[in-house]
Amino acid sequence: MSLRLKTRTRRQIRGAVALPVLGALGVLLLWGFSGLPAFGNFHGFYGTLLTKIAVPQRHTTNVVTAVVFDYRGLDTLGEEFILFAAVVGVLLLLRDQGEDEEKAEPPRDAVTSDALRFWGLIGAGGAIAVGLWLVAFGYVTPGGGFQGGVAIASAIVVCYLAGSYRSWLRVSSEEVLDPVEATGAGGFAIVGLAALISGLPFLRNLLGPGEVGTLFSGGSIAFLNWTVALEVAAANVLLYTQFLEQYIAPMVRGRE
Amino acid sequence: MSYLLYAIAAWICCVGLYGAIVSRNLIHLALCLTVAQSSTYVLLLGIGYRKQAGAPIFKGVKLGTASVDPVVQALTLTDIVVSVTVIALILSLALDVQRRKGTVDPDAIADFSG
Amino acid sequence: MTWLLPLPVAIPLLTAAAVVAIDHVVPRRVENGCTILAAAAATAFSILIMLQAQHGTDLHWFGGWRPDGNVALGIDFVADPLGAALAALACGLTLLALVYSWTYMREAAGMFDVLMLCFCGAMAGFALTGDIFDMFVWFELMGIAAYALAGFKIDELGPLQGAVNFAITNTAGAYMVLLGIGLLYARTGALNLAQIGRVLARHQGDRLVIVALGLLVAGYMVKSAIVPFHAWLADAYAVAPVPVCVLYAGAMSELGLYAIARLYWTVFDAPFGGHAQGIRMLLVWLGVATALLGALMCFLQRHLKRMLAFATIAHVGIVLAAIGLLDERGLAGAASLVLSHGFLKGGLFLVCGLVLLQLKDVDELRLHGAGRRLRWSAGLWFAGAIGLAGVPYLGVFLGHAQLDDGATGIGIAWLQPLLMIAAGVSAGTLLRAGARVFLGWGPRVDPLLTEQPPEEPAEREAFVPLMLGVATVAIALGLVFGVFPGLQARTEHAADRFMDRSAYAARVLHGKREPIPPRAPYTVEPATGESIGYGIGAGVLALLTAAVGLWHRRLPDAVRTLAGRTLGPPVTAIKGAHSGIVGDYLLWIVFGASLISGVWAIVLR
Repeated sequence: MSLRLKTRTRRQIRGAVALPVLGALGVLLLWGFSGLPAFGNFHGFYGTLLTKIAVPQRHTTNVVTAVVFDYRGLDTLGEEFILFAAVVGVLLLLRDQGEDEEKAEPPRDAVTSDALRFWGLIGAGGAIAVGLWLVAFGYVTPGGGFQGGVAIASAIVVCYLAGSYRSWLRVSSEEVLDPVEATGAGGFAIVGLAALISGLPFLRNLLGPGEVGTLFSGGSIAFLNWTVALEVAAANVLLYTQFLEQYIAPMVRGRE
Repeated sequence: MSYLLYAIAAWICCVGLYGAIVSRNLIHLALCLTVAQSSTYVLLLGIGYRKQAGAPIFKGVKLGTASVDPVVQALTLTDIVVSVTVIALILSLALDVQRRKGTVDPDAIADFSG
Repeated sequence: MTWLLPLPVAIPLLTAAAVVAIDHVVPRRVENGCTILAAAAATAFSILIMLQAQHGTDLHWFGGWRPDGNVALGIDFVADPLGAALAALACGLTLLALVYSWTYMREAAGMFDVLMLCFCGAMAGFALTGDIFDMFVWFELMGIAAYALAGFKIDELGPLQGAVNFAITNTAGAYMVLLGIGLLYARTGALNLAQIGRVLARHQGDRLVIVALGLLVAGYMVKSAIVPFHAWLADAYAVAPVPVCVLYAGAMSELGLYAIARLYWTVFDAPFGGHAQGIRMLLVWLGVATALLGALMCFLQRHLKRMLAFATIAHVGIVLAAIGLLDERGLAGAASLVLSHGFLKGGLFLVCGLVLLQLKDVDELRLHGAGRRLRWSAGLWFAGAIGLAGVPYLGVFLGHAQLDDGATGIGIAWLQPLLMIAAGVSAGTLLRAGARVFLGWGPRVDPLLTEQPPEEPAEREAFVPLMLGVATVAIALGLVFGVFPGLQARTEHAADRFMDRSAYAARVLHGKREPIPPRAPYTVEPATGESIGYGIGAGVLALLTAAVGLWHRRLPDAVRTLAGRTLGPPVTAIKGAHSGIVGDYLLWIVFGASLISGVWAIVLR
């Protein structure tokens, strides 16, 4: 009882102290932000220069993609490995330590409505198509490997929603996805290293710039784009699987 | 009005942090952190905005047309990935805490202190 | 040899991906072997880079994007001696930790290896990059790997608490860093450090730059656990597996400070160089506060790893004070300190792992006399503790001597006695714990010390000689840095170059090489009488602390009552502030960030 009260007092004090302290931070932030250029009047020479040179140099009409995969490609390498490490981290934190030995059967939670399955299939197909399109044209029109990868991963979620947990497991086994994810992340590093081995700077764009506004533009940007899509899609599905398992397992246990 | 967006960024940051400070639930706390993080999206994208300018995508647009800053958009993309991964980790930790302790109250898991 | 620069990052990361790709196919030993080879290669290459950097700063523009008309288009790695040495330290410690883990971390070994490699690559990238946003990216990769590793033992509550507090506080810190980066980008339109510095040099620093400075410094101080951002560290370091602690305490905390130094001398020196006093005093005072508080809290622990965690806090405080002098001798001192601290503390954590493995506990009081048969571990523990005190010509002494010169040079000679207290008390606490555990001295109970939950070793069985060997290497390296021939001259020269903003900018933006310096001699220079005095003082203080810690009950009653009345309430309050609750820590972080920005808003305007 006394401990409980203590926690409550502690909370009240914390809540009360937080207001003025955050107020101070807010005032300081506002004070600093008031030194920013007025909204809409920013002219950074770095960004401006990139919008001028990216198309002539790289022939990629989507300058953001040129920045992400070429000019600042190293950031994206790091970012891919952030995602990669997070997936490994989640697998580590949610690993089975062999306590609940008897692996529960996945539940028979198949959706029985034909309409839902029909539309689900269409939805999944649509999402995959959109995802592939976002990736493929990522350096020409709005899109890119990240966005496309997420869309593809979401298609697989639809398999669970409109199908069953079993059908989800069929498309998301760790044995398959781990290598796919690793290929995505490692592929980016390999493209970078390939340039280094041929005597050029790391991540140097090795291929010709191609033709402006077509799929054959941007050189190795296309490859990097696909490795990222692979990594992002696999990483997302792996993450969903982990969390879904945590959600399904108690349901299975509860029914026994 | 030209500073309203920046003020909103500061507000989101403080509100998110306040929520995280007083939170009684790790999952709620993780979401508060994403709120605070969105202040960085607002700030970055707000900085890069330019009046009467299009997206930095020149498919079918004449080169040299004014466009918003592409760099902050690339930064925001990275920022989003960072946010997603951190939240994924915190949520898995929350699941583990729930499994060991039966609660996700951050005040109740202070095993080490002092 | 600019092609070397990406390797300490690329090799570990690529190997991490490869290990996951072959995870379901090849035996675990092969994976372990690849991991260790990758860490060894990264270490070798980073040492090569460091040696190269002695003769001139190396530069690598990723994607081949050299500056276009002095505008940096891409991201660069810049290898100056200090940055390269830090990358080498990080990779070297990873190598030691991985070899130690060969038989000790067998459960979930694949995932452990992958995260350690990501950690290693991220630290190397962070130390080498010349781009403010790229720093953030490596910082986050480091963080993600570190949070997951902190929670490695998911069947105990302590590690989960530690990982939660670590992840949440450091994420809040990362937002501050990112807001600071956004502000600087809005002002300068640049992300390259040299470029930002050059643009800012055109004007006096105004409110935007002040707030950006405050946010960046506060954000990186969360990572390096400076008071009042520090409390998460003890929770996380006390519970992580020992090999991970080596990376945390040996390299990660120091990298936060490195970021502050790097940012100051490439960016903020330009607008605020004229007001250096205002920045200096705040950094030095925060360093002193951190050092003293860390030492005090260290003294109050009985959980060996938590004790080492607070000792780490004391040491980062000392290093921050050294950097905060904004003087080349201070910075050189910081570099020497980081080298010797890194190996000594890493080695002490490794000894902790051996104690945990062989005695199944890490509690000083419960282990009273239990370690008598662990002679070799005992020797290592005492050697490490003495090295950390900074007695003349051993371990951290060189760093303290350089720091002492720097502080005297700019007229704050009061600094060194305060830091001597911090070093002496924290080293003395380690001696006390060693005397209890390995010699059985002192009583079995001590109500001053806080009891913490027990910990299970990661493995029941492991190959002890290998682990002892690794710990010996770490401690020996840490001790030797005090008398490493030529180290003093080299760190001072490196610090000189680290602080030269215009030479850095000329090298990065114009490719202009600095004149090749003459080769420094390989000699050990004698320290000043004052430094030797402080070194001896720290040693005596350490012995005194250990004696008081062991036998304070034998003190006269009057003294004990007086001490209890005067010191009791503040000590209880300070202990209470380390509540283990993440909400409290976040509040401290917001408070600290407001305080730092607020002070600078007044002083620097």
